[in-house]
Amino acid sequence: MKRLLVLGSGTAGTIVVNKLHRRLPTDWEIQVVEPLAHHLYQPGLLFIPFGQKDPEELHRPTHSTLPASVDRIVASVLRVLPDDNKVELDDGTSIEYDQLVIATGTSTRPEETEGMTGPGWRTSIHDFYTFEGANALRSALQTFTEGHLVVHVCEMPIKCPVAPLEFAFLADDHFRKRGIRDQVKITYVTPLSGAFTKPVAAAHLGDMLSKRDIELESDFYVERISSSSLVSYDDRVIDFDLLVTVPINMGARFVGESGLGDELDFVKVDAGTFLADGYTNVFALGDAAGLPTSKAGSVAHFAADVFVENFLEHIQGRPMKRQFDGHANCFVESGNGKALLIDFNYQTEPLPGKYPVANIGPLSLMKETRANHWGKLAFEKLYWHVLLPGRSLPVPNEMSMAGKIPVDTNGGSSQ
Amino acid sequence: MSDVMVAGRPIQVNEEGFLTDPEQWDESVGEILASNIGIELTDAHWAAIRFARSDYVAEGATPTLRRMAQVGDVSTKEMFALFPKKPAKKMAYVAGLPKPVGCV
Repeated sequence: MKRLLVLGSGTAGTIVVNKLHRRLPTDWEIQVVEPLAHHLYQPGLLFIPFGQKDPEELHRPTHSTLPASVDRIVASVLRVLPDDNKVELDDGTSIEYDQLVIATGTSTRPEETEGMTGPGWRTSIHDFYTFEGANALRSALQTFTEGHLVVHVCEMPIKCPVAPLEFAFLADDHFRKRGIRDQVKITYVTPLSGAFTKPVAAAHLGDMLSKRDIELESDFYVERISSSSLVSYDDRVIDFDLLVTVPINMGARFVGESGLGDELDFVKVDAGTFLADGYTNVFALGDAAGLPTSKAGSVAHFAADVFVENFLEHIQGRPMKRQFDGHANCFVESGNGKALLIDFNYQTEPLPGKYPVANIGPLSLMKETRANHWGKLAFEKLYWHVLLPGRSLPVPNEMSMAGKIPVDTNGGSSQ
Repeated sequence: MSDVMVAGRPIQVNEEGFLTDPEQWDESVGEILASNIGIELTDAHWAAIRFARSDYVAEGATPTLRRMAQVGDVSTKEMFALFPKKPAKKMAYVAGLPKPVGCV
């Protein structure tokens, strides 16, 4: 029997296991290493602070998301020994593999920024990238009646790079509905040179901030945080009453300790095939991979399709013919029951148009509509019932220019 | 893309003025690019630029501020002092490297 070992059963790991389980030759078995008993629907975290989501609804038992015949090992990874085709676990055991998929994602590391976890942590300093953080922020937001709310990104890349913008839009909407928007100043603070990374989207999202009276502080690279201020490396100081920050995002520690990672513990891989540098039987998928595209569930999903076809060839000793194009798409919740949708890849930035069917839609790219908002909400059901089980979504896997309208730009603004 | 005359010879740059071919760069080009954005190059600047260029050759990408600090031994504080306001972008411009890919 040959063994495929998958580390992590988040979005990427679960999709890949479910797809390969149906298609691997019979002399292959799959084992999954996953310490968590529950799978969390991460896009739902954004809505918890605004009381728009019941926190208990966001979890499903991990075993219910994986095929019953797949062996799941409840443990954490200590290190990978890629030259020995072996993984050591924290329960003292080790597992050998023929092929390895690292899908252990990314997590926030608040302790990496000086002062973040000091006296202000979870009182005046909050995050919403963890279940505990989103719930603590819910209480803080409900009792916030006046002052300066700062929405802040420490360093790129982060998981779901539009989420902090969405948070700012939803906060604006939240305070308007409570009738206290004029008593709250909102500032969006980012290390990027604009609201977002790609020029057309940055300009569009920047306009959306200014229309809502949300100030933009760009090129702000935080050096330290106190319980009431952010200080940048070039000595700018921003005082706040309530800080909602996205801490530094890093890959799993074992990635770096196994010699497979970059400075942020993301696995160094080939951007087209996800094969780890220097190895022929180690892959990384989803947020764990150091790819020049967004860290997002949509990327994990599109990437999994490419990976699975390639992998089935690869284990037969044939070349991997498909190349991932970096395809990502994200709903951006903009408040007041509307959202916009962006669709892009390694080469093409987000453009206006219709999606997924050219000129018809029903979804509109780069435009705030109610249909996009309903699309975002409907996505939760698709996630559990179509995406995670590895079934096909009714959207093209590779990014398409059909239905997109090119925009003239003089380039712009990223870090 | 267009050609501009730098240090007495044509250099190809993109619409933002970044060199499109790092091979067309030499230190005299670096001096002129730096003066274009009001930076006078010191030994500390050159140390950062030389690391960035060799790292680009090895890794195929312009180093991030974090990589400059962790691998290149130029702290983020120092990068902001050397290349004020937008250190990663300005360093790439002077070093003849592509603008750092906005992490997406």
